[in-house]
Amino acid sequence: MKSLILIIITGALINNVVLNQFLGICSFLGVSKQMKASASLGGAVIFVITIASAVASLLYDYVLAPLGMDFMKTIVFILVIAALVQIVEMFLKKTSPGVYKALGIYLPLITTNCAVLGVALTNVQDGYNFIESVFSGFGTAVGFTLAIVLLASIRSRIREEDIPAPLRGAPIVLISAALMSIAFMGFSGLSF
Amino acid sequence: MQIIIITTLVIAVIGIVVGAGLVFTGKKFHVDVDERESAVRECLPGNNCGACGYAGCDALAAAIAAGNASVNACPVGGAPVAQKIGEIMGQSAEAVEGKVAFVRCKGSCDVTHNQGNYVGMDCRSAVLAGLNVTDCTYGCLGFGSCAAVCPQDAIRVVDGVAMVVRKKCVGCGLCVKACPRGLIELVPASKRVIVQCSNKDRGPQVKKVCSAGCIGCMLCTRQCESDAIHVSNNLASIQYENCTQCGKCAEKCPVKVITPPPGV
Repeated sequence: MKSLILIIITGALINNVVLNQFLGICSFLGVSKQMKASASLGGAVIFVITIASAVASLLYDYVLAPLGMDFMKTIVFILVIAALVQIVEMFLKKTSPGVYKALGIYLPLITTNCAVLGVALTNVQDGYNFIESVFSGFGTAVGFTLAIVLLASIRSRIREEDIPAPLRGAPIVLISAALMSIAFMGFSGLSF
Repeated sequence: MQIIIITTLVIAVIGIVVGAGLVFTGKKFHVDVDERESAVRECLPGNNCGACGYAGCDALAAAIAAGNASVNACPVGGAPVAQKIGEIMGQSAEAVEGKVAFVRCKGSCDVTHNQGNYVGMDCRSAVLAGLNVTDCTYGCLGFGSCAAVCPQDAIRVVDGVAMVVRKKCVGCGLCVKACPRGLIELVPASKRVIVQCSNKDRGPQVKKVCSAGCIGCMLCTRQCESDAIHVSNNLASIQYENCTQCGKCAEKCPVKVITPPPGV
């Protein structure tokens, strides 16, 4: 139990997927303009990464590893995750239109997000079993949500500030993201 | 050699399983959507840019099919796409005509008097501070707040007056909202004869502040054969649906305020 909590904290804070491993930067910068949109995307990412790590872990443990197809894991994971997200999207559209409305438009965006693939590959690299993979995926996705919601709130503050003209727009966002990344480096000192 | 065969087979099996899964879920969880919605979605460009103000092409298609958005709501697709969507939605080509923004002020530096030279303002703060840049209290302030919000870079401030470059304008209407004096309106793209003034003062007062302003003399209304131009509040205005673009009002106008728009 202790190790599972540790995996979540590691994924969310110490090895934050955006601010420490620099994965999923595109949607991190792109969808952080509005707090509401970024929170919805965060919810969709938690949903997708948790499911994707579970499926990827099963696939690796029971198909790829026994057959010695370790080298194909990247391609297989891309294939399966992309299809999985599509299926989940269709499923949601039919069964719960409310959830689909909230997350729906972000699901296709996440299909090819490198954070999703990155988590699946890191899980395999770290030798996690099924349960550990799911928890690691969940923790990482929570870390992504945390980062994007934090950036969205910083950007809403930035909008009201008098930023020097050359730094307006994208530059100040990148600087903010860099400062956040430095702040998150502080977590690497955590030890248990 | 063996590993290559195994790999190929396994990937093929995974591909087939995944593909079959997609087809199965697609059928099983098929949601009936408005036929027109999917037809409209087919016509839209599909790059999900969000320039229409909706979350993406799917959202816009749903809004058009539900009648909440106009058939020419996609600024990227322009007239050809609007035409196609108009056919699907059963609206005539007339209704799908695009609109462009037009600045209803002609008060450039040589026809009106500048009260001062302000630097580093925008239009809204000038209005809040109660500044009249020119003598005219209705006219363009020339700080270019409209140009700043224009996503197409279609508005230029020339000689103290904002003007729209029609070729670039997509009729999104952001400038209409940005102008604190409400000078900008969206006009049908084919219309060339437009009253280029917003001053509602009486003739003599207009004359004092601007030599190009509408003085409300009613000469234009008498010229018009199709009952399209009227003067209310000392200001001529054209009903575009009646206007035949004959240009007789523009010929007769003593201050030449009815003009083909600049930058055409």
